[in-house]
Amino acid sequence: MATLQLKNITKQFGDTQVIKGIDLDVNDREFVVFVGPSGCGKSTLMRMIAGLESASDGDILIDGKRMNEVGPADRGLAMVFQSYALYPHMTVEGNMGFSMRLAGVPKEERRAKVLEAAKILQLEPLLDRKPKALSGGQRQRVAIGRAIVRNPSIFLFDEPLSNLDAALRVQMRIELARLHEELDATMIYVTHDQIEAMTMADKIVVLHDGVVEQVGSPMALYHHPRNRFVAGFIGSPKMNFFSVDQQSISDDGVTVRLPGGQPCTIPVAGEQLASDEALELGIRPEHLQLDENGPLSGQIKVLERLGGQTSLYVQMGELLITIMADGDVAYRVNDTVQFGFAAERAHLFDAQGLALESLSQHPLASLTRQDNRAATEPAAPGAQV
Amino acid sequence: MHSCACPAQGRRCWWFSQVFLAGIYMNRTRTSGRTVGGLRTLSLQAPAVTLLLLWMIVPLGMTIWFSFQRYNLLMPEMTGFAGLENYEYLLTDPALWSAMGTTLLLVGWVLVITVVGGTLLAVLFQQDFAVRGIARVLAISPFFVMPTVSALVWKNMMMHPSNGVLAWLAQSLGLPALDWFSSLPLTSIIIIVSWQWLPFALLILLTAMQSLDEDQVEAARMDGAGPLAIFFFITLPHLKRAISVVIMIEMIFLLTIFAEIFVTTSGGPGLATTNLAYLIYIQALLDFDVGMASAGGVIAIILANIVAIFLVRMVAKNLED
Amino acid sequence: MTTHHNSAPAHTRSLPIRQLVLTLLGWSIALIIFFPILWMVLTGFKTETAAIADPSFIFSPTLESYQAVQARSGYARFALNSVAVAFGSTLLALLIAIPSAYAMAFLPTKRTKGTLLWMLSTKMLPPVGVLVPIYLIFRDVGLLDTRTGLIIIYTLMNLPIVVWMLYTFFKDMPKDILEAGRMDGASTLQEVFFLLLPLTLPGIASTGLLSVILSWNEAFWSLNLTSSKAAPLTAYIASFSSPEGLFWAKLSAASTMAIAPILILGWMTQKQMVRGLTFGAVK
Repeated sequence: MATLQLKNITKQFGDTQVIKGIDLDVNDREFVVFVGPSGCGKSTLMRMIAGLESASDGDILIDGKRMNEVGPADRGLAMVFQSYALYPHMTVEGNMGFSMRLAGVPKEERRAKVLEAAKILQLEPLLDRKPKALSGGQRQRVAIGRAIVRNPSIFLFDEPLSNLDAALRVQMRIELARLHEELDATMIYVTHDQIEAMTMADKIVVLHDGVVEQVGSPMALYHHPRNRFVAGFIGSPKMNFFSVDQQSISDDGVTVRLPGGQPCTIPVAGEQLASDEALELGIRPEHLQLDENGPLSGQIKVLERLGGQTSLYVQMGELLITIMADGDVAYRVNDTVQFGFAAERAHLFDAQGLALESLSQHPLASLTRQDNRAATEPAAPGAQV
Repeated sequence: MHSCACPAQGRRCWWFSQVFLAGIYMNRTRTSGRTVGGLRTLSLQAPAVTLLLLWMIVPLGMTIWFSFQRYNLLMPEMTGFAGLENYEYLLTDPALWSAMGTTLLLVGWVLVITVVGGTLLAVLFQQDFAVRGIARVLAISPFFVMPTVSALVWKNMMMHPSNGVLAWLAQSLGLPALDWFSSLPLTSIIIIVSWQWLPFALLILLTAMQSLDEDQVEAARMDGAGPLAIFFFITLPHLKRAISVVIMIEMIFLLTIFAEIFVTTSGGPGLATTNLAYLIYIQALLDFDVGMASAGGVIAIILANIVAIFLVRMVAKNLED
Repeated sequence: MTTHHNSAPAHTRSLPIRQLVLTLLGWSIALIIFFPILWMVLTGFKTETAAIADPSFIFSPTLESYQAVQARSGYARFALNSVAVAFGSTLLALLIAIPSAYAMAFLPTKRTKGTLLWMLSTKMLPPVGVLVPIYLIFRDVGLLDTRTGLIIIYTLMNLPIVVWMLYTFFKDMPKDILEAGRMDGASTLQEVFFLLLPLTLPGIASTGLLSVILSWNEAFWSLNLTSSKAAPLTAYIASFSSPEGLFWAKLSAASTMAIAPILILGWMTQKQMVRGLTFGAVK
């Protein structure tokens, strides 16, 4: 069992408060990703979990036991550093076996365990090499191997893919996902890349300025972002935002007046709204559809044809709207286009930036880790998201 | 060195007070390490900091104390608070001013020779010429030679009026041989010290020069600058910082030149080559006038500190990087 | 950063005449500067009579002066003193400086920079300023004319430079390697022994060499605090200054042996010397 609980964790560096009170639960065998822009505190949070920094306040519990005062090595964790932090003067085998050497494990046993881990990562032919003779991808695997050898309850990954080139990154993403399956361990992963988060996580924790903005599965975050920040952060290209005027509130949702003048009823709960509160509408580029009868229009400023998709950057009044259309479009730059969207795909944000709650849940939003594996294993009684 | 009977009691008591004061200092620093990390840092730093603190406080304190005492090892019955007597006597003693003048001449000339020479040589050695690596190694060698060896080699083998190389050179050219240490004692010392420190300046300036961006030089050349213009407008400004470091470090060491004088002229003829350091040495270990020597020491320390302040400030700026 | 810059325009750079002039100039100056040393080394291989004769590069080399110097019981003892004091003080300085540099590089606090600068300032103290008290203390404590006494003084004098240089080398080491070690279960001591020291060994070595060079050549305390038992080579050579007679060949032989090791060490550690001697103010 390897669970982690953070209770009201704060961190001060001098006069600045970098982490402002975070509560979090990580369940056994979950792949949790901390994601957020630079400076949001995700690396600091991970380092506190690892024990490399102390928490100014709050509790860190691993498997129910308070670990604040416990040193990094005794917490049963292993960390893969962004720069890999391999020991340059030791061979791959030396690197992977170092923790055992410190613990006084005899040589034969050390070698056996190292070989085991090396097999999982296909490192056997490299065991006698020093880090400087390895490529970036190989070094990363050694760093992972070093972590595996420690047999930790929780793996920590600090932006492991950011030093790799694009092609290698995709490959390693798949390998890490496979590794998670094979080792069946709890993994906490930090990244600034929301694509990595969306593709690898069971649960995503979006951090911003030292606070947790939202925790949820990738689909939950995509379909039901809790606030403007998460809505704008998750999903690429970024969600479009524009102000709309409130018209009326009913059981079907909130009716707003779109920039073109047309009314639109968005199926969200509007009871808490003040009658003249300023609202913002958010709609993802991929949910905007080119439609001759659409309520919105604008002039195409830039067209990017990617073959399978086309991005259109459309000037609508003062705003530049991004539309992601399937396949090819017959338009050209400076053409005027009409477009629209399905109301249930739109999001409304109140004056504080909080999303108005959807009246219906997207079916995939509550997808759990067990559900993803339904095809290969008998489904376990539903775990929570 | 001779030893003398001295009132031991008074001195031991004095040392106690010094150690006590040092202890107070240490305690002050110790209690300000509040956090756990702070305490760990403190205990790791403790040996180095403690030792240097002792090294600073105890001898320094004693020197200052002695400078206000009437204390002569040859006349042990004279102990008493002398107030500013030592300083008065010293500052009205023509020997002190002569020594200060000698010190200034010595330091000044060596600085000029080494910095100017060092800069020019750095420009030369920056150029690419045959086997310049070895030539460079040869040129920086004098700095690693023991001062006593340098002084004796120059005195006996180079400058000796009858058997020295310079004398032989002069005679071959039909000129009379010069007795360097009789006729030009200070100049001789200046030559010896410059010979030792020129390589230091060369080494530092050459290193600094190698960080000069070639692109800047190319751009200047495209703007029509010739080699002289490049030297004055690009090279020299770039070296400004290194030159100031060289000057400051040399000053700190040149103010207390000792071995070369000790081994060659012993300060003579007369006081011609006595600098401040040598004068204090004479008073302390030859005249055994502890009080006066200490007063002289205080003056030397003040002089050195004035220079040191600037150097430390420059290093501090560098620490920011 | 460029490796070297040439202030001549490209089209004239490789002109043979320019090369010739530069080579001649460079080598002449280098040889002139090096000449006294060269002369001294050569004189060591001459007989005494040849040494005082008219200067000449042509002579029949002999080892008799070297043998005489070795035979004179003094020499070996002085050399041993130099070695003991130089290496002793360096070892001691390193032992004290390593924890200090570690603290400053890896556990920095607000006071770290101030402490470092303060340490440097202690090096600016002119030795002559504290000649009197040190002499008196040593005399009363029995440290006059002892190797221990010199070792103590040299350790204190070199400590600031040693701390400084170790600090710069430690800072150059990537912090996350030590953190990875900590995650692997290393205690602070294990971190230092298994990771820090092996990886900064070149830096520690050059710092040590610099300290050895400075101690070996030190010519103030060694002349004033020692007389017979603990006198190192600086004092031994200084004793030749009284005009006892003409034995330049032996003086040259002794001097050559005295400076040779340091000269070679100095040649090997040029770059580090610059860093150490200028407290990093010049890169």
